[in-house]
Amino acid sequence: MEAPRNIINITDLSTEEIDELIGVAQDIMANPADYQDICHGKQLATLFFEPSTRTRLSFESAMLSLGGATLGFSEAQSSSASKGESVSDTIRVVGNYVDIIAMRHPKEGAPIAAAMKTVVPIINAGDGGHFHPTQTLTDLLTIKRQKGTLEGLTIGLCGDLKFGRTVHSLVAAMLRYKGVKFVLISPDELKMPDYVKEEMDEAGAPWKEVAHMEDVMPELDILYMTRIQKERFFNEEDYLRLKGTFILNRAKLKTAKEDMIILHPLPRVDEISVDVDDDPRAMYFTQALCGKYIRMALILKLLGIRKEA
Amino acid sequence: MNIDGVNNGIVIDHIEAGKGIRIYEQLQLNKLDCSVAIIQNVASEKYGKKDIIKVDQDIPLDFDVLGYMDPHITVNHVKDGKLASKVHLELPETLTNVIRCKNPRCITSVEQEIKHIFKLVDREKKIYRCAYCDVEHKEY
Ligand SMILES: [Zn+2]
Repeated sequence: MEAPRNIINITDLSTEEIDELIGVAQDIMANPADYQDICHGKQLATLFFEPSTRTRLSFESAMLSLGGATLGFSEAQSSSASKGESVSDTIRVVGNYVDIIAMRHPKEGAPIAAAMKTVVPIINAGDGGHFHPTQTLTDLLTIKRQKGTLEGLTIGLCGDLKFGRTVHSLVAAMLRYKGVKFVLISPDELKMPDYVKEEMDEAGAPWKEVAHMEDVMPELDILYMTRIQKERFFNEEDYLRLKGTFILNRAKLKTAKEDMIILHPLPRVDEISVDVDDDPRAMYFTQALCGKYIRMALILKLLGIRKEA
Repeated sequence: MNIDGVNNGIVIDHIEAGKGIRIYEQLQLNKLDCSVAIIQNVASEKYGKKDIIKVDQDIPLDFDVLGYMDPHITVNHVKDGKLASKVHLELPETLTNVIRCKNPRCITSVEQEIKHIFKLVDREKKIYRCAYCDVEHKEY
C-alpha cells in the first residue's frame, strides 16, 4: 500500500498517476457495482470553510457511492471556524475522526497548512484562486471519455484567460500530452498571462490568439468556455460590449466540427446560452458527472484501496 | 584573517560593506556584555570593501538568517585565541520564520500559529517563494 499523499496541486501527480486515475474512473463508470462497498467503514470529511455546493456534493456523492460515509460543514458560519478557530486546530481535531479530508478554503495555501497538522490525506477542493486539482482531473477525464485520447487535440480556451486559474491548470496538464494545440480566445483585457504562453512554447505546443470564436470554430476539437466577471472591467459599457463577443450560442456553433465538445467548469451564468444545452456537443453536464467519478478514483488512490482482481 | 581582540568567540567576515550594522542589529549584539566590534569598509581583495564583526563570546548563530541576509559571509570560531573553525554561508534552501509572506490572500495572513516557510527557487537571482501560496518574496 502506498503511503498517504496529499493532492494540493495537479503537479502532485505524475502523468502515469493521472492516466491511472482516469483509467480507474472509467472502470468505475463501467462497473459501478464492483465499487459500491469498497470503502465500507471509511469516512470522508468535507471541510468547506467557504461554500461551494456543487464541489462538496460531488465529493460526498463520490464517497457514498463507494460505500463510505461523510461528515463535515458547508461554510465557516456553521463551524467553529466562524468563532476564529484556525484551520490548524480544526484539522488536528477532525484528523482524529476520519480517514480522508477534502477541504476548501478562501485563503491560498490553506490545505498545505492543514497537511502539516495531520497524517490523514488532504484533497484540495479549492484554495482561493490558487489551485483546484480535482477540477483539472475532471476536465481530463471528460476529454478522455469523449475524445478517446488526450493527444493530438486542438483546444480553444474562451473567456477570462487572465484570471481563470482553471484554464492555466488545464493548459499545464494538457502540455504533458503529445500534439496538443491551443487557440486562445479572449478580450485584450483578459489575455492569457505570459508565463502560461512560455510554458506552451517550452513544451513546443503551438498556440495562437484570436478575438472571435467564429474565426476558429471549424478547427477546434474542444471549446472550453469560462465566465467573464463584471468586476474585471472598469466600466459597464466595456463589459457589456465584450460579454456578447464571448457568449456561445447555437448560431456560432454552425461551423463547428460534428464531434467537437463544449466544456465549462460551471456554474454558468450567461456565457453559454441555454439554446446550446440540447446540442449533442454540449458536455458541461456530463463533465459534472465525470467530476464525481474522478473524485471516487482519487479517494481510492489516497486510501490505498484497489478493486479486487 | 585577523582575529585580534577575540579570545573565545566569533569573527563574522566578508560582510558586504554597509550591511554590518544590520547584522549587528539582527543578532542583537547590543545586548551582550562582552567586547563587540564592528569594523566598516575594510579593504578586501574579493569584494573591494567589506564589514567585519568581532564578538568575544561564543554566541549561538542562526546560519539560515545570516545566510539569507548575506550569503557571502564567513563565520570564524575562535578558541583560546586561535582559529578553531570556519563556515562559509550560502543562501538556505528553506527559510522558516525569517521573512513573512506579504500576499493578503495567503493563509499565513490570517492564521497566526503557522510557520512562515519560503523555498529557494532561484539561487542566482535569490528568489524565494512562499511554501503556501507560491508568491515570490519581494524585499520592498
Ligand atoms: Zn504566502
